[in-house]
Amino acid sequence: MRSNYIYIFIMFAVSFIIRVLPLTLIRKQIKNITIRSFLYYVPYVTLAVMTFPAIMEDVEKPVAGLFALIVGIITAWFGGGLFPTAVACSVVVFVLELFI
Amino acid sequence: MKNNRHWFLKGLKDGIPIAIGYFAVSFALGFFASNAGLTVFQATLSSLLCNASAGEYAGFVGIASKVSYLTMAAMIAIVNIRYLLMSASLSQKLPEETSLPHRLLVGFWITDEIFAASISVPGKLNPFYSYGLAISSLSFWALGTCLGAVVGNVVPDNVVSALGVLLYGMFLAIIIPPARENKILRFLIIIAMFSSFAFSKLPVLSSISNAIRITILTIVISGAAALIFPIKGDEDKLETGADVSHEAGEVKNAQ
Repeated sequence: MRSNYIYIFIMFAVSFIIRVLPLTLIRKQIKNITIRSFLYYVPYVTLAVMTFPAIMEDVEKPVAGLFALIVGIITAWFGGGLFPTAVACSVVVFVLELFI
Repeated sequence: MKNNRHWFLKGLKDGIPIAIGYFAVSFALGFFASNAGLTVFQATLSSLLCNASAGEYAGFVGIASKVSYLTMAAMIAIVNIRYLLMSASLSQKLPEETSLPHRLLVGFWITDEIFAASISVPGKLNPFYSYGLAISSLSFWALGTCLGAVVGNVVPDNVVSALGVLLYGMFLAIIIPPARENKILRFLIIIAMFSSFAFSKLPVLSSISNAIRITILTIVISGAAALIFPIKGDEDKLETGADVSHEAGEVKNAQ
């Protein structure tokens, strides 16, 4: 039986080591362009992978999740920002699931 | 000593706008945590110890699908790997004589937003500025997670669905505005979503857990992008990466 507390401890330990390693032992700037580029792209790629298709799987009706994705992209594209984009996705799912 | 106090108070104050964004994101995150099977206490503890939105989300996905401990470690390492860059930058920004405990504490509290604020002070960084930022903003990160998890335990199913997508909406709000300005990012996001979908539906590949899928696709796509589209210069852009309230704030300022 795997324990949630051990999972949380691993999450903490690994995040902590990554955050303190350059500050304590290496103490150098990362100059390599390939590594810098990789580190720059990671958050965008990982958040995109996390969002889709999970947005369709975490709701009752996958179609509602798909519409939420489309509305979310449009809202964010036109400068909606954090709150409006999140609320727009949420409202789309709530309303569609009432009617579908 | 008086100087430390000054920087600490300034940090506390500058952390307030960050706290507002954190509260919203962590609420959605806590909500997700409760659906992934964590108790309110466990969700709050995760936020107090990990201080990362994508990192904690990945961890909760791993907990929900009961991945091996090794997979959990690999996944957390990849999703948080960009903090290496921020930590390396801060190592230049701190005074040379900064002691080990201070270095560990500054590192523990690196987030995209705290990094952005810390790196923007003129001259060397007084670690107490980072502590002030962290304490005022991350207490709301923990509080939001706690409330999100509480709410996640009590609301009916159709509200779970609707509140569950809040987090994905926030993820979109982080990645889409820079993708509008940068066609490489746009291309990568489309490839990432398409591959993720294909992995979850294709025979054989669909038997891979969500946690491993996130890890593999992040390494492969970001790695290929780094080789094909290396980024030269533009230091600031590289150092900030994607973040939550900072990015959202910038978008509003641009309008």
